[in-house]
Amino acid sequence: MKIYEYQAKGLFRGYGIAIPRGSAALTAREAGEAARTLGAPPFVVKAQIYAGGRGKTGGVKVADTPAQVQAAAQSLLGVRLVTPQTGGDGQVVAAVLVEEALSVERELYVGITIDRAARCPILLASAEGGVEIEKLAAERPEAIVRERIDVGFGLRPFQASAVAYALGLPPKQASACSALLLKLYRLFMEKDCANVEINPLVVTKAGDLVALDAKINIDDNALFRHPDLAALHDAAQDNSLEAEATGLGLNYIKLKGNVGCMVNGAGLAMATMDLIKHVGAEPANFLDVGGGASATMIKEGLRIILSDGDVKLLFVNIFGGILRCDTLAQGLTEGARELGIGVPVIIRLEGTNREIGEKLLVSSGLNFIPVGGMGEASQKIAELLKVA
Amino acid sequence: MSILVDTETRVVVQGITGSEGAFHSAQMREYGTNVVAGVTPGKGGMMHEGVPVFNSVRQAVGETGANTSAIFVRAAFAADAIMEAADAGIRLIVCLTEGIPTLDMIAARQFVDRRGALLVGPNTPGVISPGQCKVGVMAGYIHREGPVGIASRSGTLTYEVVYQLTRRGMGQSTCVGIGGDPIIGLSFVDILQRFEADRETEAVIIIGEIGGSQEEEAAEYFRTRMTKPIVAFIAGVTAPPERRMGHAGAIISGGRGGAGDKIRALEAAGVVVARNPADIGETLIGVLRGA
Repeated sequence: MKIYEYQAKGLFRGYGIAIPRGSAALTAREAGEAARTLGAPPFVVKAQIYAGGRGKTGGVKVADTPAQVQAAAQSLLGVRLVTPQTGGDGQVVAAVLVEEALSVERELYVGITIDRAARCPILLASAEGGVEIEKLAAERPEAIVRERIDVGFGLRPFQASAVAYALGLPPKQASACSALLLKLYRLFMEKDCANVEINPLVVTKAGDLVALDAKINIDDNALFRHPDLAALHDAAQDNSLEAEATGLGLNYIKLKGNVGCMVNGAGLAMATMDLIKHVGAEPANFLDVGGGASATMIKEGLRIILSDGDVKLLFVNIFGGILRCDTLAQGLTEGARELGIGVPVIIRLEGTNREIGEKLLVSSGLNFIPVGGMGEASQKIAELLKVA
Repeated sequence: MSILVDTETRVVVQGITGSEGAFHSAQMREYGTNVVAGVTPGKGGMMHEGVPVFNSVRQAVGETGANTSAIFVRAAFAADAIMEAADAGIRLIVCLTEGIPTLDMIAARQFVDRRGALLVGPNTPGVISPGQCKVGVMAGYIHREGPVGIASRSGTLTYEVVYQLTRRGMGQSTCVGIGGDPIIGLSFVDILQRFEADRETEAVIIIGEIGGSQEEEAAEYFRTRMTKPIVAFIAGVTAPPERRMGHAGAIISGGRGGAGDKIRALEAAGVVVARNPADIGETLIGVLRGA
């Protein structure tokens, strides 16, 4: 789960990691007030969205007076901002962060993430901050310092110090950087982060280390034990269908395509999307109904997928094993009658009482097309789309 | 032969009195698995459908000689349950639970390694050696004994592949769900090593997906160390970047972990990669018959 820059900086403040003076504003007026409180210009106005790359598309503005700050905020708030990292649809700017501008001497990069292969947290740092770290990692991996961390002992001071000196910092700044890294690690562990990044971590002309930007991503699996962090999530940014699905216990991701799919199991759901693409169609969504597969859940899943007007065909692929297919078929037919489904529904059911379930579907008089396996489903999809 | 579980496996079910634990214990026993004990703190001393229940795994092991654990414990407590099993001397720990925090799993995996135990999962359907033993939630009837080893990051996609094989008369030696999480126990490479050494396994199917580098590591192991053929399928060619696709470990992050890269690495190593999930079983049969 991502949090906004201003929220991440709030956490940094709590851990003693220096951030620029400033505050978040939800209205243009509040933004102007924030600037007045800061006092001396210049001011920086930063769009708050769940993605980076804002500077490249006008999401970060510099202003000299509170009135200009207000105008800048006005031009950003509520606007759909597209950046190289948001995808084509962009994100609506929910708030702006108004900060004092800093006099920057150097820009560094520091971050902590999970090294899956080594099964431990890893500290990454570079003397070349302010650039896209993935690009740097791909083009010049030697520019990145990597330090693996043993959770049993935590990030040791000697490790933090070695990294700080590897960045080419003079002693006083290396010492400050080392202290900052230890605090960052504590935050990472105590808040169950998946990823924290300070890019750039600046050395000001006065020689201080300040986190100019802040990115924190919390491990979704750990949110249950951080209700305060979970509460920071901005539901307004969620795709409404996706949010609705989550509320119903369904795992749904909307894509752009003509064949919807409903599957039990994430791997099988991805494979089903891949199969749809393989036969020349476009998957309209990812939907994992999970282990439950109750009649109500099936009906809700149908409704959510079919809310997407681009869907011309639906493929239901349920491999239950222990699941009773006749019960499932009943749920499907009831749901279909209630919703009034206008598109063909290809159904592949596997589990106990499969034949009884299929008979129920066929005799319902609704546009269900039972298939015996994914191969047959492939053929049917291709066939029906040619006609459609 | 089989790997990991067989007729000698003696299972203690952690969380036996919970709804999942109770249901799947009964299913495992029906399949022929030797479930010798259950653990639910506070319910020690009672019998659950003929299985003695204990307050701790240590006690269960002491009284029944359990050597394998099936963990059906909620995510908030599952990592601790894994550690408890390792501490009690359990040799193989199968953790079915989905949703365990990543940092908890990093600690649990370290703990397990230090005690010399093996961990399968978490977020796995389990392990089955058809005709011998099932430790997990997969439906027994779709499996049959045979020469194909399966290692998978998925649940129902594994069943799909198993069923494709079974219907064509091609059975399985052992099916191992390594799990869908970013931090797990036995990796693809760990399982491949075991299949390579297993007399009864003639070929292997790997079912991978986006995220992490398990498949790339498997490709390298195959290239340098393996004599038996592998057929692979990698789910998520159509997955969008930066989105978690159900499994905590199924995410293309910072441009890394895409299905295309994995497929390229596997094919460069000589692994046959099926492109259509409906053809995975057929592809394996073709490779084995052609070999």
